[in-house]
Amino acid sequence: MSKTSSGTLYRGHEGMWSWVGHRVTGVAIFLYLLVHVLDTAMVRVDANAYNAIISTYQTPWMAFGEVGLVAAILFHAFNGLRLILVDFWKQGTKYQRQMLWGVLILWVIVFAAFAIRHLSIALGGH
Amino acid sequence: MSVSIPAPRSQRIDPKYKRGPKSHGSFEKLAWLFMRLSGVVLIVLIFGHLFTNLMVGEGISGIGFGFVAGKWASPLWQFWDLALLWLAMLHGANGVRTVINDYAEKHATRAWLKGILYVATIFIIVLGSLVIFTFDPCVTGSQLQQCL
Ligand code: HEM
Ligand code: HEM
Repeated sequence: MSKTSSGTLYRGHEGMWSWVGHRVTGVAIFLYLLVHVLDTAMVRVDANAYNAIISTYQTPWMAFGEVGLVAAILFHAFNGLRLILVDFWKQGTKYQRQMLWGVLILWVIVFAAFAIRHLSIALGGH
Repeated sequence: MSVSIPAPRSQRIDPKYKRGPKSHGSFEKLAWLFMRLSGVVLIVLIFGHLFTNLMVGEGISGIGFGFVAGKWASPLWQFWDLALLWLAMLHGANGVRTVINDYAEKHATRAWLKGILYVATIFIIVLGSLVIFTFDPCVTGSQLQQCL
């Protein structure tokens, strides 16, 4: 690649990794959603069957799965907002790198708050 | 100063990226816009969903048939979940369509994968909508007070 090429937002460096992350999390959330709607459909069939399925989500192992799912959603959501700003805000492309830092900082804060609350409920021994 | 850019040497360009008179421009443009508009709305819908289901009260420990019946007794949450279902499914399906277009190189593979994607998407949207609209708090096995 030519040294003078400034590349694009999506190729090489953090721009590419954030793109990979956005793609992987998007597909993962979609797959979760397919299963989630099938699970929830059990409320229309039998209340006990629905409760039995939900109780598998209330185990300690699944609590970590839920934390992982929410981690993925938070990244996709904040980074998605950054992509929207890059496209629609006049200064967007200029600050895209700073905004990626913003995304990561916001992600850490919101994720930490979520994980503490969720795990203390799920592992707190009810 | 004019710069001439040589044609790409790789022969792996999808025909649809080649410039020509035939254009699918307006659909792709609408899809692009939809991804952004739905994304903004989904932030509110998903954060609200996760907050009410996992963060307040007993969080995940409080979820069960009674919890769902309580939420869907209110038109607000029925509408919330319906909007979430449609927007998340259409946004996600359109995103996965892009991913398939990027990685599935053979025409037949691409057609199959997209066919499966569309069938699954329509099935889930119809199922999820029916579940919300026909929800019955006194379905088999319900222990709710009003049903006993
Ligand atoms: C671990 C995280 C999650 C839990 C515990 C959870 C729980 C639930 C529960 C209890 C319901 C029943 C109705 C209600 O409470 O509103 C429901 C419905 C629903 N959830 Fe979630 N949810 C989670 C994550 C998500 C995510 C990430 C999405 C979207 C991407 C989502 C989309 C939906 C939709 C569309 C419905 C309606 C289903 C239908 O129409 O039958 N949920 N969820
Ligand atoms: C929380 C709010 C969300 C925001 C702000 C958001 C935003 C975005 C944006 C801006 C794009 C880029 C579209 C493009 O490059 O043209 C995108 C792509 C995508 N989104 Fe979302 N999204 C959200 C939720 C979701 C959900 C719930 C799912 C799954 C059901 C999902 C799945 C995808 C997929 C699969 C892609 C394609 C990725 C790619 O082409 O690399 N997103 N999203």
